[in-house]
Amino acid sequence: MMDNPTHALIVENLGKRYGKMEVLKGIGITVAPGERVALLGHNGAGKSTLIKLILGLTHPSSGRISVAGHAPGSTAARTATAYLPEQVAFHKSLTGREQLTLFARLAGEHPKTVMPLLDRVGLGPAAQQRIGTWSKGMRQRLGLAQALLGHRHVALLDEPTSGLDPMSRHDLYAIIDEMAANGTAVLIASHALTELEARTDRIAIMRRGELVADDTLARLSARAALPTRIRLTAREGAADHVQAQLGGTRVNGCSVDLQCTTDQKMAQLSRISGLGEVVRDVEMAPPSLEDLYRHYCGEGM
Amino acid sequence: MITRILAIAAAEFRTVRRNRWVFTATLMMVLFALALTFAGSAPTGVLGVDLLTVSVASMTTLAVYLAPFLALMIAFDAIAGEVERGTLGLVLTYPLSRGEMLLGKFLAHLTALAIAITVGLGAAGLASALSGGASADSLFALTRLIATAILLGACFLALGYAASALSGSAAGAAGLAVGLWLVFVVLYDLGLLGAVVFDNGGSFTKSVFPWLLAANPADAFRLWNVAGSEQVALVSGMAGAGAGLPIWAAPLSLLLWPVLALLMARLAFARVEP
Repeated sequence: MMDNPTHALIVENLGKRYGKMEVLKGIGITVAPGERVALLGHNGAGKSTLIKLILGLTHPSSGRISVAGHAPGSTAARTATAYLPEQVAFHKSLTGREQLTLFARLAGEHPKTVMPLLDRVGLGPAAQQRIGTWSKGMRQRLGLAQALLGHRHVALLDEPTSGLDPMSRHDLYAIIDEMAANGTAVLIASHALTELEARTDRIAIMRRGELVADDTLARLSARAALPTRIRLTAREGAADHVQAQLGGTRVNGCSVDLQCTTDQKMAQLSRISGLGEVVRDVEMAPPSLEDLYRHYCGEGM
Repeated sequence: MITRILAIAAAEFRTVRRNRWVFTATLMMVLFALALTFAGSAPTGVLGVDLLTVSVASMTTLAVYLAPFLALMIAFDAIAGEVERGTLGLVLTYPLSRGEMLLGKFLAHLTALAIAITVGLGAAGLASALSGGASADSLFALTRLIATAILLGACFLALGYAASALSGSAAGAAGLAVGLWLVFVVLYDLGLLGAVVFDNGGSFTKSVFPWLLAANPADAFRLWNVAGSEQVALVSGMAGAGAGLPIWAAPLSLLLWPVLALLMARLAFARVEP
């Protein structure tokens, strides 16, 4: 089905304007089969608009999108795409099983695939109850179940963890990993930065309709050259001595905070150990995804 | 394509059955039809027709008001409600065209409406036939009444979808639906009546008025039922209105309206961005 097997999703120079408002400017991004890409950005940065354009729910003002080799919104593209909306909603008076059966029929899948899927997302026991009686977390799981129907080439997940408890989040990422392992290109729009750090292959950051970063976490870190933070805990009364030797700032009585770039890290550590017993403890925090996000979304760009 | 239309129709029908819409609408039709039949049973002796004929004449008037009302009440929410509840966006990412979705809903809603109309008008017809007699003629008139009332409902279902697609919210769609009902069922006739009175038997009354009457689906429904049976025309006193028209005019209007209104709804739906 795909005319270009190296990319399941291709977005080229994409622009979208509503009247005079330019919502997206020159967006270019690709996702390969099996790749998990996190799409980050403030509210209103254009993430949802980008997803709507890929789904063909609205039309671009300029640029091109290819979904598994097809135009967005075409029957082939829709067959190839799974979508989990941010605010997932269903017919309240249908049971979970009836609702998922409807989606299965629309996707051209056999209705007998429905129950195993409901079991897999932990909704088996609730399958015969009306969705109106369900919790937000259960509806979110049903949303995930419908995204798993059939074999999809591209999955677009908009805030997939909202409303889920920590255990469910863990299950969710396990399912996402499985989708990726089966060759689905996964694009996850989210705010849950700490979770995404370990769970994605690549990070894309949008700011005011533009793509300001698109790379692996390690390379984004290196490019941003953010300092590693080191916190020293000194022995009682020795904090002033430590600060005099190494610099940095004093915090809450017996601690000193230092910052250093990645290449100075080892030199700094050997100076710390040179101080001997004056230092009781050392904590190191490399730049987190949150720091990177702030850096790339910040006004200083 | 058929699979997807039927899948939507099955889910929609479950919804209207579970929210008691089918039950409530059927109950309304039965109660109104029975009340009208027995309240209006007086003229049988005077006019020399059986009770079922009188009943069909009164139920024709009832159906003109009730069938469009019920159809609009079920249809106004079809698109605007799904946009508002956020269910439309996800469904439309499936390989389902908007036309298929509309047809699926139409099929389910028309089935629900047909049940309400058939049971309601049929029960009243049966009751009057048992108590006051019937003939082959009046039974045929009843069958035609039920079939044309369903057609009339189909037309207003489609108009309701168009209203639903054009309004931004379910509340707006409800308002627009009430407006449609007022215009087609009440104000249009009042306007024509005023024009006829003003014209005072001139060329407008003779040549333009019957066509304008047939152009409105509610009046076409009335004309079809009245013109189809001399006895019903006698009882309803509406024999003169459609006299200047060819026999196909009213049926054509009532058959064309649902198709045209569905096309309108489809065009309006195309502009909806979930």
